[in-house]
Amino acid sequence: MIDYHFDWSVIARNWDKLIDALLLGLWLAVISLAIGCIIGILTAYARLSGKKWLSVPVWAYVEFIRCTPLLLLIFFLYFGLPEFDITFLDKTESFVLSLSLYAGAYMSEVFRAGLSSIPKQYVEAAKAIGLRPWQRQAYVVLPVMFRITLPAVSNNLISLFKDTSLAAAIAVPELTFIARQINANTFRVMEVWLTASALYLATAYLIAILLRQVERRYASIR
Amino acid sequence: MTEPALLQATNVRKHFGEIEVLKGIDLTVKQGQVVSLIGASGSGKTTFLRCVNLLEEHDGGEILLDGDPIGYRMVGSTRKRLSETKISAQRARIGMVFQQFNLFPHLTAGQNVMLGLTKVQGKSAAEAKEIAEHWLGRVGLAERRDHYPYQLSGGQQQRVAIARAVAMQPRLLLFDEVTSALDPELVAEVLGVMQALAESGMTMLLVSHEMLFVREVSHHVLFLDQGRVAQEGRPSEVFDNPESERLRSFLGRFHGIFSR
Repeated sequence: MIDYHFDWSVIARNWDKLIDALLLGLWLAVISLAIGCIIGILTAYARLSGKKWLSVPVWAYVEFIRCTPLLLLIFFLYFGLPEFDITFLDKTESFVLSLSLYAGAYMSEVFRAGLSSIPKQYVEAAKAIGLRPWQRQAYVVLPVMFRITLPAVSNNLISLFKDTSLAAAIAVPELTFIARQINANTFRVMEVWLTASALYLATAYLIAILLRQVERRYASIR
Repeated sequence: MTEPALLQATNVRKHFGEIEVLKGIDLTVKQGQVVSLIGASGSGKTTFLRCVNLLEEHDGGEILLDGDPIGYRMVGSTRKRLSETKISAQRARIGMVFQQFNLFPHLTAGQNVMLGLTKVQGKSAAEAKEIAEHWLGRVGLAERRDHYPYQLSGGQQQRVAIARAVAMQPRLLLFDEVTSALDPELVAEVLGVMQALAESGMTMLLVSHEMLFVREVSHHVLFLDQGRVAQEGRPSEVFDNPESERLRSFLGRFHGIFSR
Protein backbone atom coordinates (compact mmCIF):
# COMPACT_ATOMS: atom_id res chain seq x y z
CA MET A 1 0.00 0.00 0.00
CA ILE A 2 2.82 2.35 0.92
CA ASP A 3 4.53 1.55 -2.35
CA TYR A 4 1.40 2.35 -4.31
CA HIS A 5 2.11 4.94 -7.00
CA PHE A 6 -0.89 6.80 -8.28
CA ASP A 7 -1.21 7.03 -12.02
CA TRP A 8 -4.25 9.09 -12.93
CA SER A 9 -3.65 8.89 -16.65
CA VAL A 10 -5.79 5.75 -16.69
CA ILE A 11 -8.74 7.88 -15.58
CA ALA A 12 -8.03 10.53 -18.18
CA ARG A 13 -7.91 7.91 -20.89
CA ASN A 14 -11.19 6.37 -19.82
CA TRP A 15 -12.96 9.56 -18.77
CA ASP A 16 -15.58 9.53 -21.54
CA LYS A 17 -16.39 5.91 -20.81
CA LEU A 18 -16.85 6.64 -17.11
CA ILE A 19 -19.09 9.63 -17.76
CA ASP A 20 -21.22 7.66 -20.21
CA ALA A 21 -21.56 4.93 -17.60
CA LEU A 22 -22.48 7.48 -14.95
CA LEU A 23 -25.15 9.00 -17.17
CA LEU A 24 -26.55 5.56 -17.94
CA GLY A 25 -26.89 4.91 -14.19
CA LEU A 26 -28.61 8.25 -13.70
CA TRP A 27 -30.99 7.51 -16.56
CA LEU A 28 -31.78 4.06 -15.13
CA ALA A 29 -32.60 5.64 -11.77
CA VAL A 30 -34.79 8.38 -13.24
CA ILE A 31 -36.77 6.07 -15.48
CA SER A 32 -37.22 3.52 -12.71
CA LEU A 33 -38.40 6.24 -10.37
CA ALA A 34 -40.88 7.44 -12.99
CA ILE A 35 -42.30 3.95 -13.51
CA GLY A 36 -42.11 3.36 -9.77
CA CYS A 37 -44.18 6.48 -9.14
CA ILE A 38 -46.89 5.24 -11.49
CA ILE A 39 -46.89 1.83 -9.79
CA GLY A 40 -46.80 3.61 -6.45
CA ILE A 41 -49.84 5.79 -7.13
CA LEU A 42 -51.93 2.97 -8.54
CA THR A 43 -51.06 0.61 -5.70
CA ALA A 44 -51.55 3.31 -3.08
CA TYR A 45 -55.09 3.89 -4.37
CA ALA A 46 -55.63 0.13 -4.45
CA ARG A 47 -54.41 -0.14 -0.88
CA LEU A 48 -56.76 2.63 0.25
CA SER A 49 -59.72 1.42 -1.81
CA GLY A 50 -61.11 -0.59 1.08
CA LYS A 51 -61.50 -3.56 -1.26
CA LYS A 52 -59.72 -6.66 0.01
CA TRP A 53 -59.12 -8.16 -3.42
CA LEU A 54 -57.18 -5.03 -4.32
CA SER A 55 -55.46 -4.18 -1.07
CA VAL A 56 -54.24 -7.65 -0.08
CA PRO A 57 -52.21 -8.31 -3.28
CA VAL A 58 -50.70 -4.84 -2.99
CA TRP A 59 -49.81 -5.44 0.64
CA ALA A 60 -48.13 -8.74 -0.36
CA TYR A 61 -46.21 -7.04 -3.16
CA VAL A 62 -44.96 -4.23 -0.95
CA GLU A 63 -43.89 -6.54 1.87
CA PHE A 64 -42.24 -9.00 -0.52
CA ILE A 65 -40.14 -6.26 -2.09
CA ARG A 66 -39.30 -4.62 1.21
CA CYS A 67 -38.22 -7.84 2.86
CA THR A 68 -36.06 -9.34 0.11
CA PRO A 69 -32.71 -8.06 -1.17
CA LEU A 70 -32.85 -6.05 -4.39
CA LEU A 71 -30.01 -8.10 -5.90
CA LEU A 72 -32.14 -11.21 -5.59
CA LEU A 73 -34.97 -9.55 -7.51
CA ILE A 74 -32.52 -8.50 -10.22
CA PHE A 75 -31.18 -12.06 -10.55
CA PHE A 76 -34.64 -13.53 -10.44
CA LEU A 77 -35.95 -11.39 -13.27
CA TYR A 78 -32.80 -11.59 -15.38
CA PHE A 79 -32.08 -15.30 -15.02
CA GLY A 80 -35.48 -16.53 -13.96
CA LEU A 81 -37.88 -15.05 -16.50
CA PRO A 82 -36.17 -16.65 -19.54
CA GLU A 83 -36.87 -20.00 -17.87
CA PHE A 84 -40.53 -19.18 -18.41
CA ASP A 85 -39.83 -18.25 -22.03
CA ILE A 86 -40.08 -14.56 -21.25
CA THR A 87 -37.09 -13.40 -23.25
CA PHE A 88 -38.01 -10.10 -24.81
CA LEU A 89 -36.16 -8.10 -22.16
CA ASP A 90 -32.46 -7.38 -22.60
CA LYS A 91 -30.29 -6.99 -19.51
CA THR A 92 -30.83 -3.24 -19.22
CA GLU A 93 -34.60 -3.52 -19.60
CA SER A 94 -34.65 -6.38 -17.16
CA PHE A 95 -32.79 -4.24 -14.66
CA VAL A 96 -35.17 -1.32 -15.19
CA LEU A 97 -38.06 -3.67 -14.51
CA SER A 98 -36.43 -4.83 -11.28
CA LEU A 99 -35.60 -1.35 -10.09
CA SER A 100 -39.07 -0.07 -11.04
CA LEU A 101 -40.79 -2.83 -9.09
CA TYR A 102 -38.49 -2.09 -6.18
CA ALA A 103 -39.13 1.66 -6.39
CA GLY A 104 -42.86 1.05 -6.85
CA ALA A 105 -43.12 -0.74 -3.51
CA TYR A 106 -41.41 2.07 -1.65
CA MET A 107 -43.33 4.78 -3.50
CA SER A 108 -46.54 2.91 -2.75
CA GLU A 109 -45.93 3.38 0.96
CA VAL A 110 -44.88 7.00 0.50
CA PHE A 111 -47.98 7.84 -1.53
CA ARG A 112 -50.28 5.89 0.74
CA ALA A 113 -49.11 8.01 3.65
CA GLY A 114 -49.34 11.13 1.47
CA LEU A 115 -52.88 10.42 0.34
CA SER A 116 -53.98 9.65 3.88
CA SER A 117 -52.55 12.92 5.14
CA ILE A 118 -54.50 15.17 2.75
CA PRO A 119 -56.93 17.13 4.89
CA LYS A 120 -60.55 16.23 4.24
CA GLN A 121 -61.43 19.91 3.87
CA TYR A 122 -59.66 20.21 0.52
CA VAL A 123 -61.73 17.37 -0.88
CA GLU A 124 -64.90 18.95 0.48
CA ALA A 125 -64.01 22.27 -1.12
CA ALA A 126 -63.42 20.43 -4.39
CA LYS A 127 -66.80 18.74 -4.03
CA ALA A 128 -68.46 22.04 -3.24
CA ILE A 129 -67.39 23.64 -6.52
CA GLY A 130 -68.78 20.62 -8.36
CA LEU A 131 -65.61 18.76 -9.36
CA ARG A 132 -66.30 15.15 -10.27
CA PRO A 133 -64.50 12.36 -8.38
CA TRP A 134 -61.61 11.91 -10.83
CA GLN A 135 -61.26 15.69 -11.16
CA ARG A 136 -60.96 16.01 -7.41
CA GLN A 137 -58.08 13.56 -7.52
CA ALA A 138 -56.41 15.06 -10.58
CA TYR A 139 -56.66 18.74 -9.70
CA VAL A 140 -56.62 18.77 -5.93
CA VAL A 141 -55.60 15.55 -4.17
CA LEU A 142 -52.67 14.47 -6.34
CA PRO A 143 -51.05 17.91 -6.74
CA VAL A 144 -51.22 18.44 -2.98
CA MET A 145 -49.93 14.93 -2.32
CA PHE A 146 -46.96 15.40 -4.66
CA ARG A 147 -45.94 18.52 -2.80
CA ILE A 148 -46.24 16.77 0.56
CA THR A 149 -44.26 13.73 -0.60
CA LEU A 150 -41.61 15.54 -2.63
CA PRO A 151 -38.86 15.20 0.01
CA ALA A 152 -39.48 11.46 0.27
CA VAL A 153 -39.45 11.09 -3.50
CA SER A 154 -36.16 12.99 -3.65
CA ASN A 155 -34.59 10.66 -1.11
CA ASN A 156 -35.77 7.70 -3.12
CA LEU A 157 -34.18 9.04 -6.29
CA ILE A 158 -30.82 9.28 -4.54
CA SER A 159 -31.18 5.75 -3.16
CA LEU A 160 -32.18 4.39 -6.56
CA PHE A 161 -29.25 6.11 -8.20
CA LYS A 162 -26.87 4.37 -5.82
CA ASP A 163 -28.72 1.09 -6.30
CA THR A 164 -28.02 1.20 -10.04
CA SER A 165 -24.54 -0.07 -9.13
CA LEU A 166 -26.20 -3.47 -8.60
CA ALA A 167 -26.79 -3.61 -12.35
CA ALA A 168 -23.08 -4.43 -12.64
CA ALA A 169 -24.02 -7.91 -11.43
CA ILE A 170 -25.80 -8.60 -14.69
CA ALA A 171 -23.25 -6.72 -16.84
CA VAL A 172 -25.24 -3.57 -17.52
CA PRO A 173 -22.49 -1.10 -18.48
CA GLU A 174 -23.12 1.46 -15.77
CA LEU A 175 -20.46 3.09 -13.62
CA THR A 176 -19.65 0.23 -11.26
CA PHE A 177 -19.44 -2.27 -14.10
CA ILE A 178 -17.21 -0.03 -16.23
CA ALA A 179 -15.02 0.81 -13.26
CA ARG A 180 -14.54 -2.87 -12.57
CA GLN A 181 -13.76 -3.46 -16.24
CA ILE A 182 -11.13 -0.70 -16.33
CA ASN A 183 -9.74 -2.04 -13.10
CA ALA A 184 -9.45 -5.53 -14.54
CA ASN A 185 -7.66 -4.25 -17.61
CA THR A 186 -5.29 -1.81 -15.92
CA PHE A 187 -4.98 -2.95 -12.29
CA ARG A 188 -5.24 0.72 -11.23
CA VAL A 189 -7.38 -0.25 -8.23
CA MET A 190 -7.22 2.94 -6.20
CA GLU A 191 -7.55 5.40 -9.06
CA VAL A 192 -10.55 3.65 -10.54
CA TRP A 193 -12.52 3.07 -7.35
CA LEU A 194 -11.73 6.46 -5.90
CA THR A 195 -12.90 8.08 -9.11
CA ALA A 196 -16.06 5.99 -9.25
CA SER A 197 -16.82 6.87 -5.62
CA ALA A 198 -16.23 10.55 -6.27
CA LEU A 199 -18.52 10.47 -9.27
CA TYR A 200 -21.30 8.76 -7.30
CA LEU A 201 -20.88 11.18 -4.45
CA ALA A 202 -20.83 14.30 -6.61
CA THR A 203 -23.83 13.22 -8.64
CA ALA A 204 -25.92 12.16 -5.64
CA TYR A 205 -25.07 15.42 -3.90
CA LEU A 206 -25.99 17.40 -7.02
CA ILE A 207 -29.35 15.61 -7.21
CA ALA A 208 -29.96 16.47 -3.57
CA ILE A 209 -29.21 20.16 -4.16
CA LEU A 210 -31.34 20.33 -7.29
CA LEU A 211 -34.28 18.64 -5.62
CA ARG A 212 -33.97 20.93 -2.64
CA GLN A 213 -34.50 23.81 -5.07
CA VAL A 214 -37.56 22.09 -6.53
CA GLU A 215 -38.92 21.51 -3.03
CA ARG A 216 -38.43 25.16 -2.18
CA ARG A 217 -40.26 26.20 -5.32
CA TYR A 218 -43.24 24.05 -4.46
CA ALA A 219 -43.23 24.92 -0.79
CA SER A 220 -46.61 26.62 -1.12
CA ILE A 221 -48.09 24.16 1.34
CA ARG A 222 -47.95 25.17 5.01
CA MET B 1 -96.43 33.03 -1.44
CA THR B 2 -96.56 33.42 -5.19
CA GLU B 3 -92.90 32.98 -6.07
CA PRO B 4 -91.74 29.36 -5.91
CA ALA B 5 -89.15 28.32 -3.37
CA LEU B 6 -85.58 28.02 -4.53
CA LEU B 7 -84.78 25.65 -1.70
CA GLN B 8 -87.48 23.64 -0.04
CA ALA B 9 -86.61 21.26 2.77
CA THR B 10 -89.32 19.09 4.26
CA ASN B 11 -89.00 16.93 7.35
CA VAL B 12 -85.24 16.42 6.84
CA ARG B 13 -83.77 13.76 9.07
CA LYS B 14 -80.22 12.61 9.58
CA HIS B 15 -78.62 9.99 11.82
CA PHE B 16 -75.01 9.52 12.76
CA GLY B 17 -75.14 5.93 13.95
CA GLU B 18 -77.57 5.84 16.86
CA ILE B 19 -77.78 9.56 17.26
CA GLU B 20 -80.43 11.47 15.40
CA VAL B 21 -78.97 14.90 14.73
CA LEU B 22 -81.75 16.23 12.52
CA LYS B 23 -85.25 15.35 13.68
CA GLY B 24 -87.35 16.73 10.87
CA ILE B 25 -86.26 20.14 9.63
CA ASP B 26 -88.61 22.22 7.46
CA LEU B 27 -87.14 25.22 5.74
CA THR B 28 -87.87 27.37 2.72
CA VAL B 29 -85.54 29.78 0.99
CA LYS B 30 -86.90 31.96 -1.78
CA GLN B 31 -84.93 33.57 -4.52
CA GLY B 32 -83.02 36.58 -3.21
CA GLN B 33 -83.62 35.76 0.44
CA VAL B 34 -81.08 35.51 3.21
CA VAL B 35 -82.04 32.80 5.67
CA SER B 36 -80.01 32.16 8.81
CA LEU B 37 -79.70 29.21 11.15
CA ILE B 38 -78.72 29.92 14.71
CA GLY B 39 -78.39 27.67 17.70
CA ALA B 40 -75.93 26.12 20.11
CA SER B 41 -73.21 23.83 18.78
CA GLY B 42 -74.58 20.35 18.30
CA SER B 43 -78.02 21.68 17.40
CA GLY B 44 -77.65 20.35 13.85
CA LYS B 45 -77.32 23.58 11.88
CA THR B 46 -74.00 22.74 10.22
CA THR B 47 -75.18 19.20 9.49
CA PHE B 48 -78.25 20.57 7.80
CA LEU B 49 -76.16 22.92 5.69
CA ARG B 50 -73.89 20.05 4.67
CA CYS B 51 -76.93 17.98 3.69
CA VAL B 52 -78.02 20.72 1.30
CA ASN B 53 -74.66 20.43 -0.49
CA LEU B 54 -74.55 16.63 -0.22
CA LEU B 55 -71.45 16.62 1.90
CA GLU B 56 -73.72 14.60 4.17
CA GLU B 57 -76.67 12.61 2.95
CA HIS B 58 -79.97 13.06 4.72
CA ASP B 59 -81.75 9.83 5.42
CA GLY B 60 -85.30 11.07 5.68
CA GLY B 61 -87.47 13.79 4.21
CA GLU B 62 -86.56 15.71 1.12
CA ILE B 63 -84.55 18.69 0.00
CA LEU B 64 -85.62 20.27 -3.28
CA LEU B 65 -83.50 22.74 -5.21
CA ASP B 66 -85.58 24.46 -7.87
CA GLY B 67 -87.98 21.57 -7.48
CA ASP B 68 -85.39 18.81 -8.01
CA PRO B 69 -84.65 16.43 -5.16
CA ILE B 70 -81.07 16.69 -3.99
CA GLY B 71 -78.96 13.52 -4.11
CA TYR B 72 -81.49 11.03 -5.44
CA ARG B 73 -84.36 10.55 -7.83
CA MET B 74 -87.60 8.74 -7.30
CA VAL B 75 -88.13 5.50 -9.16
CA GLY B 76 -91.73 4.64 -8.41
CA SER B 77 -91.86 5.11 -4.67
CA THR B 78 -88.24 4.23 -3.90
CA ARG B 79 -85.28 6.59 -3.72
CA LYS B 80 -82.44 5.92 -6.08
CA ARG B 81 -79.13 7.56 -5.29
CA LEU B 82 -77.83 9.70 -8.13
CA SER B 83 -74.52 8.91 -9.78
CA GLU B 84 -71.46 10.79 -8.54
CA THR B 85 -71.43 12.77 -11.79
CA LYS B 86 -75.02 13.92 -11.31
CA ILE B 87 -74.37 14.72 -7.67
CA SER B 88 -71.35 16.80 -8.72
CA ALA B 89 -73.56 18.65 -11.20
CA GLN B 90 -76.06 19.40 -8.42
CA ARG B 91 -73.31 20.65 -6.15
CA ALA B 92 -72.11 22.99 -8.90
CA ARG B 93 -75.43 24.84 -8.61
CA ILE B 94 -74.80 25.53 -4.93
CA GLY B 95 -71.84 27.44 -3.58
CA MET B 96 -70.36 26.83 -0.16
CA VAL B 97 -68.01 28.76 2.05
CA PHE B 98 -66.42 26.88 4.93
CA GLN B 99 -65.36 27.75 8.44
CA GLN B 100 -61.72 26.87 7.68
CA PHE B 101 -61.67 28.59 4.24
CA ASN B 102 -60.45 25.36 2.57
CA LEU B 103 -58.58 27.12 -0.21
CA PHE B 104 -56.58 24.77 -2.40
CA PRO B 105 -53.08 25.24 -0.99
CA HIS B 106 -51.22 24.57 -4.22
CA LEU B 107 -53.09 27.21 -6.21
CA THR B 108 -52.90 31.00 -6.11
CA ALA B 109 -55.93 33.06 -5.17
CA GLY B 110 -56.73 33.57 -8.84
CA GLN B 111 -56.28 29.87 -9.68
CA ASN B 112 -58.50 28.92 -6.75
CA VAL B 113 -61.32 30.95 -8.28
CA MET B 114 -60.60 29.72 -11.81
CA LEU B 115 -60.52 25.97 -11.13
CA GLY B 116 -64.27 25.41 -11.03
CA LEU B 117 -64.87 27.81 -13.90
CA THR B 118 -62.57 25.92 -16.27
CA LYS B 119 -63.00 22.34 -15.08
CA VAL B 120 -66.66 22.30 -14.10
CA GLN B 121 -68.16 24.97 -16.31
CA GLY B 122 -65.79 24.42 -19.23
CA LYS B 123 -64.91 28.08 -19.64
CA SER B 124 -61.73 29.04 -21.45
CA ALA B 125 -58.75 30.05 -19.33
CA ALA B 126 -58.99 33.62 -20.58
CA GLU B 127 -62.66 33.93 -19.71
CA ALA B 128 -62.14 32.27 -16.32
CA LYS B 129 -59.28 34.64 -15.59
CA GLU B 130 -61.45 37.63 -16.36
CA ILE B 131 -64.23 36.36 -14.10
CA ALA B 132 -61.73 35.56 -11.34
CA GLU B 133 -60.26 39.04 -11.53
CA HIS B 134 -63.72 40.56 -11.42
CA TRP B 135 -64.70 38.68 -8.27
CA LEU B 136 -61.37 39.08 -6.55
CA GLY B 137 -61.83 42.79 -7.21
CA ARG B 138 -65.29 42.69 -5.69
CA VAL B 139 -63.90 41.21 -2.47
CA GLY B 140 -61.08 43.75 -2.49
CA LEU B 141 -58.24 41.40 -3.37
CA ALA B 142 -57.51 42.14 -7.03
CA GLU B 143 -53.83 42.73 -6.36
CA ARG B 144 -53.51 39.49 -4.36
CA ARG B 145 -54.52 37.19 -7.18
CA ASP B 146 -51.03 35.70 -7.55
CA HIS B 147 -50.60 35.06 -3.84
CA TYR B 148 -50.80 31.56 -2.44
CA PRO B 149 -53.16 30.90 0.47
CA TYR B 150 -50.30 30.71 2.96
CA GLN B 151 -49.32 34.24 1.97
CA LEU B 152 -52.76 35.61 2.88
CA SER B 153 -54.34 36.44 6.23
CA GLY B 154 -57.34 34.43 7.41
CA GLY B 155 -59.72 37.20 6.44
CA GLN B 156 -58.19 37.47 2.99
CA GLN B 157 -58.33 33.70 2.53
CA GLN B 158 -61.99 33.70 3.46
CA ARG B 159 -62.72 36.48 1.00
CA VAL B 160 -60.97 34.49 -1.75
CA ALA B 161 -63.11 31.50 -0.74
CA ILE B 162 -66.22 33.65 -1.11
CA ALA B 163 -65.04 34.86 -4.53
CA ARG B 164 -64.40 31.22 -5.52
CA ALA B 165 -67.96 30.29 -4.57
CA VAL B 166 -69.70 33.33 -6.07
CA ALA B 167 -67.75 33.22 -9.34
CA MET B 168 -69.55 29.98 -10.17
CA GLN B 169 -72.82 31.96 -10.14
CA PRO B 170 -74.57 29.47 -7.90
CA ARG B 171 -78.31 29.50 -7.37
CA LEU B 172 -77.70 29.41 -3.66
CA LEU B 173 -74.75 30.23 -1.46
CA LEU B 174 -74.13 28.40 1.82
CA PHE B 175 -72.04 29.92 4.59
CA ASP B 176 -70.92 27.60 7.37
CA GLU B 177 -69.74 29.69 10.35
CA VAL B 178 -67.39 31.51 8.05
CA THR B 179 -66.11 33.95 10.64
CA SER B 180 -65.63 31.52 13.52
CA ALA B 181 -62.01 30.74 12.68
CA LEU B 182 -61.01 34.36 12.20
CA ASP B 183 -59.26 36.72 14.56
CA PRO B 184 -61.80 39.27 15.82
CA GLU B 185 -60.27 42.15 13.88
CA LEU B 186 -60.67 40.24 10.60
CA VAL B 187 -64.34 39.39 11.04
CA ALA B 188 -65.63 42.73 9.79
CA GLU B 189 -63.99 42.54 6.37
CA VAL B 190 -65.63 39.16 5.70
CA LEU B 191 -69.03 40.25 7.00
CA GLY B 192 -68.75 43.33 4.81
CA VAL B 193 -68.35 41.18 1.72
CA MET B 194 -71.29 39.01 2.76
CA GLN B 195 -73.47 42.01 3.37
CA ALA B 196 -72.68 43.40 -0.07
CA LEU B 197 -73.59 40.03 -1.59
CA ALA B 198 -76.87 39.94 0.31
CA GLU B 199 -77.70 43.44 -0.89
CA SER B 200 -76.94 42.44 -4.48
CA GLY B 201 -79.73 39.88 -4.25
CA MET B 202 -77.72 36.70 -3.80
CA THR B 203 -79.75 33.93 -2.21
CA MET B 204 -77.96 32.85 0.94
CA LEU B 205 -78.38 30.28 3.67
CA LEU B 206 -76.06 30.84 6.57
CA VAL B 207 -75.05 29.33 9.84
CA SER B 208 -73.56 32.00 12.03
CA HIS B 209 -72.80 33.08 15.55
CA GLU B 210 -72.58 36.73 14.49
CA MET B 211 -75.96 37.63 15.93
CA LEU B 212 -75.83 41.30 15.09
CA PHE B 213 -75.05 40.48 11.49
CA VAL B 214 -77.71 37.78 11.32
CA ARG B 215 -80.26 40.18 12.65
CA GLU B 216 -79.29 42.85 10.17
CA VAL B 217 -79.13 40.90 6.91
CA SER B 218 -81.57 38.02 7.34
CA HIS B 219 -85.09 37.87 6.00
CA HIS B 220 -85.81 34.82 8.05
CA VAL B 221 -84.13 33.24 11.07
CA LEU B 222 -84.47 29.70 12.40
CA PHE B 223 -83.39 28.74 15.89
CA LEU B 224 -82.38 25.09 15.93
CA ASP B 225 -82.36 23.16 19.16
CA GLN B 226 -81.44 19.48 19.41
CA GLY B 227 -82.16 18.79 15.77
CA ARG B 228 -85.48 20.62 15.61
CA VAL B 229 -86.57 24.08 14.58
CA ALA B 230 -87.56 25.51 17.95
CA GLN B 231 -88.57 28.93 16.71
CA GLU B 232 -88.49 30.81 13.44
CA GLY B 233 -89.61 34.07 11.97
CA ARG B 234 -88.42 37.50 11.03
CA PRO B 235 -85.25 38.50 12.88
CA SER B 236 -87.12 40.94 15.09
CA GLU B 237 -89.60 38.24 16.14
CA VAL B 238 -86.94 35.72 17.01
CA PHE B 239 -84.54 38.10 18.70
CA ASP B 240 -87.04 40.27 20.53
CA ASN B 241 -89.65 37.69 21.46
CA PRO B 242 -87.90 34.46 22.25
CA GLU B 243 -90.65 32.00 23.10
CA SER B 244 -88.61 29.31 24.78
CA GLU B 245 -86.32 29.39 27.74
CA ARG B 246 -83.60 27.75 25.60
CA LEU B 247 -83.69 30.51 23.00
CA ARG B 248 -83.69 33.12 25.76
CA SER B 249 -80.65 31.60 27.38
CA PHE B 250 -78.95 31.11 23.99
CA LEU B 251 -79.48 34.76 23.11
CA GLY B 252 -78.51 35.77 26.62
CA ARG B 253 -74.98 34.67 25.84
CA PHE B 254 -74.88 37.36 23.18
CA HIS B 255 -76.54 39.88 25.45
CA GLY B 256 -73.71 42.35 25.35
CA ILE B 257 -74.11 42.69 21.62
CA PHE B 258 -77.74 43.67 21.78
CA SER B 259 -77.50 46.17 24.59
CA ARG B 260 -75.15 48.30 22.56
